[in-house]
Amino acid sequence: MNITIHEEKCCGAGQCVLVAPAVFDQRDEDGVVVLLDTTPADDQLDTVRNAAAVCPAAAIEVEA
Amino acid sequence: MSTPDRVVIVGAGPAGLAAAEGLRRGGFVGRVTLIGDEPHLPYDRPPLSKQFLAGEWDLGQLRLRQPEAYAASDVDLRTGVTATALDTGNREVVLTDGSRVSYDEVVIATGVRARALPGTEHLPGVHVLRTLDDAIGLRAAMQGGPQLVVVGGGFIGAEAAYVARELGCEVTMVTDRLVPLADAVGDDVGATLTQLHQEHGVRIEAGVLVEGVVTDGSRATGVCLADGRTLPAEAVIVGIGARPNVEWLSGSGVPVGDGVECDERLYAGNGVWAAGDVASWTDPDSGERLRIEHRTNAAEQGLAVARNILAGPDAAAPFRTVPYVWSDQYDLKIQIHGRTRGADRVHIVEGSLEQRQFTALYGREGRVTAALGVNMMRPLRALRPFVAERADWDTALAALTARAA
Repeated sequence: MNITIHEEKCCGAGQCVLVAPAVFDQRDEDGVVVLLDTTPADDQLDTVRNAAAVCPAAAIEVEA
Repeated sequence: MSTPDRVVIVGAGPAGLAAAEGLRRGGFVGRVTLIGDEPHLPYDRPPLSKQFLAGEWDLGQLRLRQPEAYAASDVDLRTGVTATALDTGNREVVLTDGSRVSYDEVVIATGVRARALPGTEHLPGVHVLRTLDDAIGLRAAMQGGPQLVVVGGGFIGAEAAYVARELGCEVTMVTDRLVPLADAVGDDVGATLTQLHQEHGVRIEAGVLVEGVVTDGSRATGVCLADGRTLPAEAVIVGIGARPNVEWLSGSGVPVGDGVECDERLYAGNGVWAAGDVASWTDPDSGERLRIEHRTNAAEQGLAVARNILAGPDAAAPFRTVPYVWSDQYDLKIQIHGRTRGADRVHIVEGSLEQRQFTALYGREGRVTAALGVNMMRPLRALRPFVAERADWDTALAALTARAA
């Protein structure tokens, strides 16, 4: 699984963290997404895709 | 019921796209057709009043998926095609050219359209901001720093006012409310944001009704107010809300009111589902009928409908959500989890209005209904569980006091 983060798009909603807390976090200062795990296990794929789908700023891209 | 073979999704915004992708991810192998009436590939709307309007982003950055992604996930995307009717008897979507697309299940994700000031729908110089084409037109109109009047005191108008000031336009915001943005954030936060706009040179005309737009015969030259004054304008931006796109469903038997009226599962019966801005559904927790015009909700509902279609109406799950919306104005990022409208109490949890950095809880009838943050992204997320649980107000405040101690 390959995850691409577009920091310039991130609006700091934290929706990704709510869906996939093992993979995403937010920076303290501006809430921008932080990728905690650049190579999550395959069983995380659906969760990560849900996180990408509900991102209100379309800032997360996932390739299987 | 048996698994469907053909799903047609009408509306190619984030809700429709999420439904299409959700079906594929759920293992659906039948045909998925995604019909959009705009000529563009599916794109994201929040940046239209933000980065795109400011000229910081181009069209490519608005795209929700790369052009090749649709074929890769075997989604039959048809852009520039308008659905004109739904034939629920034959289970067919009727298109502009008279052709029909048959379905086993249909997802209505036709969204909303911007409300216009009556009589100004096609008047040059008057802009709404909903579609990419709207934003392209407004972006062009803002060049050279013209005199602008923004009609409406909501987020769209406020964001347009902010961008216009950054581009050097002269801006007046007119609203019939006493405090701009108060509908969305309450009086105190609304007053803080109003002051912010004033400090950045936006003239505010609050508590004033707009009578109409004055023209020179060919284009808008100003806005005429109920108190008799006329505000001159080279361009007028109208941000007075939106209406669901449901007219095409007339005669279909699909229950329609303020949107497509669904049950708790986003199901409207007879193979018809709805998602996104157009969907009105019964919130399983409060029992209230809701319709939410937020970006996140659109994606969540699209995914939920895909899951429910695959499960079938009998096993479909009720849709539960904590709505999320944000707005960028000057150096402030305003974020809201939950519903602030109708709140009868507000409590500042951290920071202060004066610092313009704070989190706040909103409540109604003894329950927490929303959390709002300004420039406090991470701390705000910690308040979301109170909203999700509809926590008892006093218990939540006591817990927060204990947490701070």
